[in-house]
Amino acid sequence: MTLAVPTRLDVLARLESEAIHIIREVAGEFDRPVILFSGGKDSTVLLHLAIKAFWPAPLPFPLLHVDTGHNFPEVIEFRDRTVARYGLRLVVASVQEYIDDGRLVERSDGTRNPLQTVPLLDAISANRFDAVLGGGRRDEERARAKERIFSLRNTFGQWEPRRQRPELWDLYNGRHRPGEHVRVFPLSNWTELDVWRYIARERIELPSIYYAHRRRVVRRDGMWLTPGPWLVPAPDEEVVELMVRFRTVGDGSCTGAVESDATDIEAVIAEVSASRLTERGATRADDRLSAAAMEDRKREGYF
Amino acid sequence: MAASDDPYDHRDLIDHRDLIDHRDLLRLATAGSVDDGKSTLVGRLLYDTKSVLADQLDDVRRASVDKGLSTPDLSLLVDGLRSEREQGITIDVAYRYFATPRRSFVLADTPGHVQYTRNTVTGASTAQLAVLLVDARKGVVEQTRRHAAVVALLGVPHLVLAVNKIDLVGYSEETFTLIAKEFTTYVDGLGYRPDAVRVIPVSALHGDNVVDRSEHTPWYTGPTLLEHLETVPVEPEPHDMPFRFPVQYVIRPRTAEYPDYRGYAGRVAAGTVRPGDEVVVLPAGVRTTVARIDTPDGELDEAQAGQSVTLILADDIDIARGDLVAAVGSAPTVTDEFDATLAWLGDRPLHTGARVLVKHGTRVTPAIVTGLSARLDEQTLTVVPEPPSLSLNEIGQASLRTAEPLPVDDYGHVRRTGAFLIIDPSDGATLAAGMVGARLPGLR
Repeated sequence: MTLAVPTRLDVLARLESEAIHIIREVAGEFDRPVILFSGGKDSTVLLHLAIKAFWPAPLPFPLLHVDTGHNFPEVIEFRDRTVARYGLRLVVASVQEYIDDGRLVERSDGTRNPLQTVPLLDAISANRFDAVLGGGRRDEERARAKERIFSLRNTFGQWEPRRQRPELWDLYNGRHRPGEHVRVFPLSNWTELDVWRYIARERIELPSIYYAHRRRVVRRDGMWLTPGPWLVPAPDEEVVELMVRFRTVGDGSCTGAVESDATDIEAVIAEVSASRLTERGATRADDRLSAAAMEDRKREGYF
Repeated sequence: MAASDDPYDHRDLIDHRDLIDHRDLLRLATAGSVDDGKSTLVGRLLYDTKSVLADQLDDVRRASVDKGLSTPDLSLLVDGLRSEREQGITIDVAYRYFATPRRSFVLADTPGHVQYTRNTVTGASTAQLAVLLVDARKGVVEQTRRHAAVVALLGVPHLVLAVNKIDLVGYSEETFTLIAKEFTTYVDGLGYRPDAVRVIPVSALHGDNVVDRSEHTPWYTGPTLLEHLETVPVEPEPHDMPFRFPVQYVIRPRTAEYPDYRGYAGRVAAGTVRPGDEVVVLPAGVRTTVARIDTPDGELDEAQAGQSVTLILADDIDIARGDLVAAVGSAPTVTDEFDATLAWLGDRPLHTGARVLVKHGTRVTPAIVTGLSARLDEQTLTVVPEPPSLSLNEIGQASLRTAEPLPVDDYGHVRRTGAFLIIDPSDGATLAAGMVGARLPGLR
């Protein structure tokens, strides 16, 4: 099939080519790259781009999932099906195992997102991963807006915003010393809407919970959370059944759903473009802890 | 702050359901010195283009009240790091994304104080337009001249000077005209033609001439900042340039379905390529023909600058990452000795004899700096010949010898293959932005 070449690359085509270029630089410059894959929309788009980058050869990287143990079953099912479909290798770093054997202590608020850092860093050093590709975007959050596309981490996995390397043209510098690694963000220049429009254009499958469905939810901290073993409603909290969908997918205990009747991709795009809240502001309890919650986690070695 | 309580009335102007986005993309960088109000200007641009969402605005309102301010401090929209908010300064380059019905914008917001050149070079290396800020009470200062020199050196095509805090000089036309004249004279010396430069009186704090036209500057008849950003002609990717394709990766599936497939993956750095084109693989100098342009979405009959594709070549020749595929007839010079302009970004100074790494295209090779011929005094636009060293933030000219020959273009001719990095072999730090053959700005 021969495609007509547009006279000018449109925004999505530019973003796709930029991301594929970044992913191929990682393959060319590093010995042991890995893709962080949670089954969320951003990492699913990242995986889609990575598969396109090496087509028709198989993807030369394994996947790493930092599993908080508070999962939506639809997402784990999607993760496993995706891994099987492409014949990929999946490494799972389990927060639950760290809690079970005492290496991590459950937080009083029950939120497990901040606990992901230690299993992530341990998995990186145990597997000697030297490049860790993530689906982070600069438009997500103020601290992320300052992040380079190739972001050097020291032996402790820490991000030092004052000491970032200059990033010039599209010449990415992946040099690092033993023990250090580089986080790479091929979707840096994408916005939430770009991601959704690309999902529509490429017909990328996502976990079903991204689309509106009926769900039993409880109101807490201004968000609709899903009751379960890790979130037991208090006596004064009423559980109701609503049409909702998820704008982000993270730890089940702190990822809120939004009321929505967007059951397909076109409706989701219409909804996102009209939304008056950012995706994290609308759905992430952990980012509401303080203005610098994300920066602090990133400094410690978080995604 | 704008009068309306609900700044989101017009957010549905853009129909995002149209999956082909025909809007242009403008990449711009902003730079200014401390207290010029640059973060406020960027915050104003985001706010008045309805690019700020309700929860972000609530955050800013809360933080402003905490700081004892009576109106929301828009700079808090962009200063994201804890120490930035505490100290009221910007530390590192931040990227912002906003769109109007006419254009999408990627804005690199570069701080002005410490490591100014490092940050400006990072922000401006991919920019098509730079917005420099001055405080109307201070006019053009040392920092403004440095920023303009760096931006000129990098070849950023369009320049805007935002004369900010115009309210604090009583919206004085006279003050504005003096500043505008000094600036345009200076950047004329850097090689900017008058039609590439625009000077705009603004008040970021009050919103004058940022998005909405000011009632206080009736003497100013030019566009507002946003109007200019929306209408400035965006140079297309250099289609008429000679074809350049750095090979990133060799794709060899060796699967049952594709047992003999051998493709060269990369992104077109300049020009266009079509099946049947005669090309030369450098530095070896072997000639072949493009048999096919592959993508997972199908074969292409043309690939243009910026596009990531896989080339299938007619002949079975030895090609690896680091090689450059170029058009026959307009191929770059292959050389292991060349002169270049360097923007020095390392903490330790550069001396003649330094052993470094050069990353050019997809190739990294050891190199020796064999001489330092000039340093730019960017205040006077004069040259200091044979300087003993180049220090952090200084711009100079050097001669390099590389361990392997490199196919280099003149930076002024083909940006992507005229650019290179200098890297510290001991810790991997990026030490300099290098531009092959580029003249020091202002030296005509």
